[in-house]
Amino acid sequence: MDDCGTPPGTLHAAILRSPHAHALIERVEVERARALPGVAAVLTGADIQALTSSLVVGVKAPMECWPIAADRVRYVGEPVAVVVARDRYLAEDALDLIEIRYAPLPAVVAPRAALEPDAPVLHAGLQGNLASDRSFRYGDPEAAFAAAPHRIAVEIDYPRNACTPIETYGVVAEYEPGADAYDVLANFQGPFSIHAVIARALRVPGNRLRLRTPPDSGGSFGVKQGVFPYIVLIAAAARVAGRPVKWIEDRLEHLAASSVATNRATRLAAAVEADGRITALDWDQIEDCGAHLRAPEPATLYRMHGNMTGAYTVRHVAIRNRVVLTNKAPTGLNRGFGGPQVYFALERLVQRIALELRLDPLEVLRRNLVPASAMPYRTASGALLDSGDYRAALEAALAGGGHAELLARRDAARAEGRLYGIGYTAVVEPSVSNMGYISAVLTPAERQRAGPKNGAQATATINLDPVGSATVHVASTPQGQGHRTVLAQVVADELGLHPQDVRVVTEMDTAKDAWSIASGNYASRFAPAVAGVTKLAAERLRGRLARIAASQLNVATEDVVFAGGRIFARGNPDNALPFARVASASHWAPGTLPADMDQAVRETAYWTPPELTAPDEADAVNSSLCHGFIFDFCGVEVDRTTGQVRIDRYVTMHDCGRVLHPGMVAGQVTGGFAHALGAALFEEHSYGADGSFATGTFADYLVPTAMEVPEPVTLHHETPSPFTPLGAKGVGEGNCMSTPVCIANAVADALGLKDVTLPLLPARLAAHIHGPEAARPGGGAVPVAGGRQLFGEGSAMVAAPRERVWAMLLDPTTLAAVVPGAHDVQRVSETEFRAEVTLGVGPVKGRYRVALTLSDLDAPQAVTLSGGAEGALGFGRGTGRVTLAEDGPERTRIGYRYEAEIGGKVASIAGRLLDGAARLVIRQFFAALAAHAGGGSAPREGIFARLLRLLGWRR
Amino acid sequence: MPRLKAGQRHWLHLTLNGKAVEGEAEPRLLLSDFLRYELGATGTHVGCEHGVCGACTVQIDGAPARACLTLAVQMEGAAIRTVEGLAPAPDRLSILQEAFREHHGLQCGFCTPGILMSLDAFLREHRRPNEAALREVLSGHLCRCTGYAPILRAALAAAERLAKEAGDA
Repeated sequence: MDDCGTPPGTLHAAILRSPHAHALIERVEVERARALPGVAAVLTGADIQALTSSLVVGVKAPMECWPIAADRVRYVGEPVAVVVARDRYLAEDALDLIEIRYAPLPAVVAPRAALEPDAPVLHAGLQGNLASDRSFRYGDPEAAFAAAPHRIAVEIDYPRNACTPIETYGVVAEYEPGADAYDVLANFQGPFSIHAVIARALRVPGNRLRLRTPPDSGGSFGVKQGVFPYIVLIAAAARVAGRPVKWIEDRLEHLAASSVATNRATRLAAAVEADGRITALDWDQIEDCGAHLRAPEPATLYRMHGNMTGAYTVRHVAIRNRVVLTNKAPTGLNRGFGGPQVYFALERLVQRIALELRLDPLEVLRRNLVPASAMPYRTASGALLDSGDYRAALEAALAGGGHAELLARRDAARAEGRLYGIGYTAVVEPSVSNMGYISAVLTPAERQRAGPKNGAQATATINLDPVGSATVHVASTPQGQGHRTVLAQVVADELGLHPQDVRVVTEMDTAKDAWSIASGNYASRFAPAVAGVTKLAAERLRGRLARIAASQLNVATEDVVFAGGRIFARGNPDNALPFARVASASHWAPGTLPADMDQAVRETAYWTPPELTAPDEADAVNSSLCHGFIFDFCGVEVDRTTGQVRIDRYVTMHDCGRVLHPGMVAGQVTGGFAHALGAALFEEHSYGADGSFATGTFADYLVPTAMEVPEPVTLHHETPSPFTPLGAKGVGEGNCMSTPVCIANAVADALGLKDVTLPLLPARLAAHIHGPEAARPGGGAVPVAGGRQLFGEGSAMVAAPRERVWAMLLDPTTLAAVVPGAHDVQRVSETEFRAEVTLGVGPVKGRYRVALTLSDLDAPQAVTLSGGAEGALGFGRGTGRVTLAEDGPERTRIGYRYEAEIGGKVASIAGRLLDGAARLVIRQFFAALAAHAGGGSAPREGIFARLLRLLGWRR
Repeated sequence: MPRLKAGQRHWLHLTLNGKAVEGEAEPRLLLSDFLRYELGATGTHVGCEHGVCGACTVQIDGAPARACLTLAVQMEGAAIRTVEGLAPAPDRLSILQEAFREHHGLQCGFCTPGILMSLDAFLREHRRPNEAALREVLSGHLCRCTGYAPILRAALAAAERLAKEAGDA
């Protein structure tokens, strides 16, 4: 995206973001930023809101959703101002000059806590944090539970994680005042239903929002759907600046505020027969969508609605779905979309059933799988499982994946006292989403009023130019799925050409291309829908060309053959025409076309499967067209000392229908597996109880590397889908659904655990193996319930009399001289100081306003320092007690204890550096103080300032 | 060492992929931004700007380095090699690049330039690396598409071919 050219005169935007999880904005001061040379515009929330409308919210609730905060911030990282300047460096300079006064509010972070009656409320109109509450009932779950001999349940807290594409968001926007029209280039991935949301927010009709996407994008995995609020923001900024504006998100912004998967609190109970057969499920899901319900949320909660029974024949199902808002970043599409959250609960439950009934987990699976004879199978909640032989796939996986050997390895390992476990998972992988599934969040009556929504329009265009070469365009947005490779192959096969003869163009332009709301690259729709509709377009074009050729070859249309770049008569290859000659006929000699044929230049095909109907009166939802099947098993070993998980073997069996391109499918499986492994073992968007964000860099948010990701054994059991043109089903997301819980099941087996929570960090497992760790003595930095806390104590000797040291500590001129990065130190009163300081911690350099108060003065023996610091990058508060004791003539012992809390970006980014940095700074402080007092060459750094920094306002 | 003034642009002279180039940079300009916006060498990608993801890896005087953790003005007189310098000719890929293509070692391709630059430097020094050594090199890079398995296969294949060519020579 950043490689795409920009119009001359393009300016660059940077975004100021909230350091607070929840606060009122009391004052915004932007004049200094505006005055900085090179700055073209500074936009606050109020400026943006004057030009735009709230983003549409997907539920019927009195709440708005803005891409920028105006009067209140609701999560760390929420935009509060946009600067447009000549270059990005200048724009970021100007961010430092914006002053915002916040009044912090209590924050709510956990979904269950958000429902408590005394929880802080994010959106006043809601009178609470519950945005949606729907209950569903299929079959007769109450009777099934009453009749079943066993009720077995699990309670799950599924964490937040995200797919973090290595390319971040990017937008270039331009506004044409005469036409009142926006032209936007963004690495948006679809669905293009969002185009309507953006246009509405910008207050223009759809034809005045030209949205273009680049030919390819540096990964998305769903995440780049979430660029759309920034499209609104940057488009509005371009309008104000009167120039094109470009914004490239940086990684810190991306981690804090792009688009993460939902975390979910689930209670799931099963009615179970003695042999392990599940007769009913009772779901209670509390979905945490973060601070705003951003379109298409709460889709994560409903994407799986048709297949809440997984791969199993469960006829009685109760579901309660609640959507809550918390002081965390808003959520959106991420690979697996809703699948990991559901399957983690369902497949943990299946393992629990085996455990409680003392059954082999494989037997429980076998007894519940939907049989092949039942296909296509309508699930209790409305999905139509299109095809598959789950049982055969499972048995083939056990045989082909070496299951027997894995059991022997477990026995051998355990005999040696090692912690070895095996996990299993069976899931159905939905693909090609029904655009109507999200309307299940509405009641049938509300749906009636809103009008029906359904289908999954896909479209492809094939163009023949005057020399007869073919160009393909699809309404999709490639991010590495091999669009060009696969589509060239599909069209070449149909038209008898070589793939390299077919050119695939993958930019999208809503002003010129064929598209629909379902367009885009999501819900694993490329192979089943996009490649499928491309085949349909190629078939139609071939049909036209066959008729043109038939008249020239003097044979029947059905006897025309396309192969090797030629078109010839069946049985007589010498009666032939070059493909290009027939393909160019519409350009050069349209008069030679059959009388009823207008052209054979361009063929645009649209395809939507008839199976994707709107949710019905009984809330039955066929949420997806295809359902691939996955059966995984794995052996893991947990290190008894460190708690580290090692994957010994991972076997994944896929039925993704017809495999269009083995290399591409393999890439989707290993890639999805790596994402899932990260979610299982390392990754979590971690928040403190005060809503401070703790995983703001790639050093804190741990993406697995080549050292951590083994290669899974991948097997295939192909059952072509009867519902897609090529028989393909989606394959890109399945492992994100199956793998986290498969690994969790194996770890639970290894450690004999009843409950496991992701991610399976060594520290978390070590606590299971060794018991909880004793508190560390001495000072340190710990992420605690109030955010990140620093505390410590110590002492140092200074070669100066006590009175002199005391005087130095209270002298603002000394402070001004020694405080690093101080622009200004003022003594406001006898006991109050103010300073403005610039300093960097780790990768984050920022400007802070520091206020410090001295109290409990006991001259010259002791003083308490308390105060705070606040800047764009973070804030802090703390207190410290400093004592001075005479230790002989000309010698003073300084003792100190401090406690401090920090929050905001600096805590999320440099949190892990704080402990070491604090100790270092304190040591330097006293060394410098000693040197200064002794009249030696005092370093210009940090004496008191550094203590202030530690005590009063942190770093 | 010359003293440079913040806020002022300074002329830099260096070689990029064997050719002498020059450009202007403020002292705070990152090498990654200098390459991309001043020299137009957009093959070097930027993924995190804090040295973890490895996408911006280039070779400075033969050694792999993060362009996002390097200031452009440090590069006066240096020889920089970027992904644009790998292919022997515009219509031919290097052995390493060819191996990536054959083994589907990339999907979106965003992390690929950095990985190629690290592997290229490593394979020059290590003729017969084993899988563990290659994993170690790759662990300096984040890839979200491939799951690393095809990258590893490509690296092993390239190593083998390079060793064979060296043996033949």
